[in-house]
Amino acid sequence: MAALINVPAKARRGDVIEIRALTSHIMETGFRHTADGKLVPRDIITSFACRYNGAEIFRADLFPAIAANPYLSFFTVAKESGKFEFEWTGDNGYSSTASASITVE
Amino acid sequence: MPTTRRQFLHLAGGVTAAGTLPIVSLRPLQATPAMLTTAIRNVVGEAQIRTGRVKLDIPPLVENGNTVPMTVSVTSPMTAAEHVKSIHVFNEKNPQPNIGNFYLTPSSGRAQVSTRIRLADTQKVVAIARLSDDTFWQIAAEIVVTLAACTEEMN
Repeated sequence: MAALINVPAKARRGDVIEIRALTSHIMETGFRHTADGKLVPRDIITSFACRYNGAEIFRADLFPAIAANPYLSFFTVAKESGKFEFEWTGDNGYSSTASASITVE
Repeated sequence: MPTTRRQFLHLAGGVTAAGTLPIVSLRPLQATPAMLTTAIRNVVGEAQIRTGRVKLDIPPLVENGNTVPMTVSVTSPMTAAEHVKSIHVFNEKNPQPNIGNFYLTPSSGRAQVSTRIRLADTQKVVAIARLSDDTFWQIAAEIVVTLAACTEEMN
């Protein structure tokens, strides 16, 4: 699945940086009905995690009240050059990952 | 004495207010539905929730409840000794009271989270922060929604 990650390419050591992550997902609530009255089954992302050089820095539990194509923005302190790994998991065995790298001076 | 315009408007306004009063009183203004209370208690337990420290940025009037931008920030130095452990966001009138739980660490640097949410009705949104000393702080915001999300028919 397509994901859009926004992490500054470069940062100074100790800077607080913003990380933005967007992924495409329908986030079907499980509360909607089709025109002929059938309930549309729930299909959402339930969990998001971000790791910075292997250590978890942010985690979120998502519910049907999160809009389609979930967008999350959060902060972290730039400590060292390396890699951010993003992981989304959800209903029906959904799982997707993305990554971004940063150079810390 | 002929009725002046001011007197007339005053009178008319009074009648309107009196006329709408029974309708308003049917819906308790500040009452928290049981589901919201239960959802909050599931996270908070028996702890006391204080008001303050948390800021909830959300538009007061939204045309489309399908995607409402929301930012929660908490005043905290974000050090190992004093930081925000988690932020929990709840709603009052969606089919489910939870919106999201966000877990932070001292290395977050800033206790701020943004996302986009769904709102099924004009309602209250509550954000609760759990600090490293296990105190809970909250803020609530009223949002007017003109087009609801979640429950509409699928085309």
